Amino acid sequence: MKILVAIKRVVDFNVKVRVKADESAVDLANCKMSINPFCEIAVEEALRIKEQGKADEVVVVTIGPAAAQEQLRSALALGADRGIHVQTDDNLDSLHVAKVLQQVVNSESPQLVILGKQAIDSDNNQTGQMLAALCGWSQGTFASEVVFEGDKLQVTREVDGGLQTLALSLPAVVTSDLRLNEPRYATLPNIMKAKRKPIDVIEIESLGLSLESKVKTLKVSAPAVRQAGVKVADVDELINKLRNEAKVIS
Amino acid sequence: MDFNLNEDQRAFISTARQFSKQELAPNAAGWDKEHYFPKDVIQRAGELGFCGLYAPEKAGGLGLSRLDSSLIFEQLAMGCTTTTAMMTIHNMATWMVATWATEQIKQQWCDELISGQKLASYCLTEPGSGSDAASLSTTAVKQGETYILNGSKVFISGAGETELLVVMARTGEAGPKGISAFAVPADIEGVIYGKAEEKMGWHAQPTRQITFENVAIPVANLLGQEGQGFTMAMKGLDGGRINIATCSIGTAQQALNTAVGYMQERKQFGKPLAAFQALQFKIADMTTELVAARQLTRMAAFKLDNNDVDATSYCAMAKRFATDVGFTVCNEALQIHGGYGYIQEYPLERYVRDVRVHQILEGTNEIMRLIIGRRALTEMAGELL
Repeated sequence: MKILVAIKRVVDFNVKVRVKADESAVDLANCKMSINPFCEIAVEEALRIKEQGKADEVVVVTIGPAAAQEQLRSALALGADRGIHVQTDDNLDSLHVAKVLQQVVNSESPQLVILGKQAIDSDNNQTGQMLAALCGWSQGTFASEVVFEGDKLQVTREVDGGLQTLALSLPAVVTSDLRLNEPRYATLPNIMKAKRKPIDVIEIESLGLSLESKVKTLKVSAPAVRQAGVKVADVDELINKLRNEAKVIS
Repeated sequence: MDFNLNEDQRAFISTARQFSKQELAPNAAGWDKEHYFPKDVIQRAGELGFCGLYAPEKAGGLGLSRLDSSLIFEQLAMGCTTTTAMMTIHNMATWMVATWATEQIKQQWCDELISGQKLASYCLTEPGSGSDAASLSTTAVKQGETYILNGSKVFISGAGETELLVVMARTGEAGPKGISAFAVPADIEGVIYGKAEEKMGWHAQPTRQITFENVAIPVANLLGQEGQGFTMAMKGLDGGRINIATCSIGTAQQALNTAVGYMQERKQFGKPLAAFQALQFKIADMTTELVAARQLTRMAAFKLDNNDVDATSYCAMAKRFATDVGFTVCNEALQIHGGYGYIQEYPLERYVRDVRVHQILEGTNEIMRLIIGRRALTEMAGELL
């Protein structure tokens, strides 16, 4: 069985981002970039499934600029077998990302696609669901546990009320939540070996898709600065404020 | 000339930083307090490749450059100075065994040294022979197929917890040419360990005296040829000086980061410390000197990697400068913290205690000046350096 994992190059989670002066986007100049943490968890899960003998190949795919190959190499250093780089300098809508991935799915024919539940830059949480819909496959999103049961894939999902367990028939799309696993370290020998693993580069134009954006970003602004607190004189004033200003009690 | 890190180097740093933040930093204060030698953690570091960084690939090492190794050690030192310093010593000793040992000894030791399952100590200094290393008096007398070792070594990092000792001993005439290097299993008969020294810093590794009493070691355990030991020891120390300079830089960077964070949080006289120009200037100087020290160290590593004829002088300059700057930066970071810098709830006093010894070991900074001065005063020195 082949597993396809989609990864995204995003600003590192440690970076304190700043909004550009014209409020068009986040300023990424000189920012450290990394694999989206949820995508890294997706890679780790695919590797664990392979190590259990349930899969024989893990292919990672990314869509992005030339520099995104660095993140593909990181995934290869973790242990993925080969990479596919769909090259574009444009920022794609989630639906377009899903359509590109669908084409990769068509040519690679994996039985399982694992993605992060969302990317920490745009927080859309759409691509996995859209990909499953486009392919007509079953989907298990927000996975916190993935277990093979016979020919079914049992996916435990983190939902608002608790945990929900689904049995998916393959092929399927799974998106990873934070608690699915803790990714391993890339060992130095594996970092060096990753340089020799193949990466296929596909120009996005060659896919023949119409990728005109249907989404327009009007404005990007920083979160409001937290207001300073106030000191209350006594419990009565506190209760009054909680009831009438904060409206957290009635 | 390109001062940017390449993709491989960024990947190495990323792994090292992750390990440093997750495995070293949260435990460093506890190890210091308990005087605990985290062998298990060093072994986990070995699984990632940190124990055989520049050991040659032929012997199973990663064959990385000293420059790449320095980038990695810097990240590790940000998490725990002492454990990283021990790892650098182990790397140096492992490199010597992997480079000069006989095939038999390489077969026997290299895999486990490089994977960090077994650790090595470096034994040069003696009670009566410190800066004047070539005067060492431990002897190795050949008797048939064995050498008989007698004498003592002091200030041996890791002693009592490591499995292999790389020992410099006299096999011939007085002076440097009579010295040979040996790989000595740490547990064989006649190897006697003293008590763990009570030190100012470096508490997360034991430092002991080792006495050799008629220790018989097979001829196969000689590294290289008889009489080459001092040359090997000095070659090892060139790299060792880069390593220890790096441990100072990593620790100082961590101290500086901590001080900057504190200056933005701590308020006095109604404003954050960061708003006071006297302290801004202090941070500016600390940053400038630290960047200079880092660049000099990386340059020295580059010279060593390229077998530059002046590599030894550059390594000495890097060691002298980076360990002095490292101490000053840690000490200033402590000062910025005021009383909080002096108590153990904050890491500053530990940083100061730990980097202090870097000005002493691997050749004191006075010996570094001797090496640099000797070179700088030769004819045409200006054109060569």
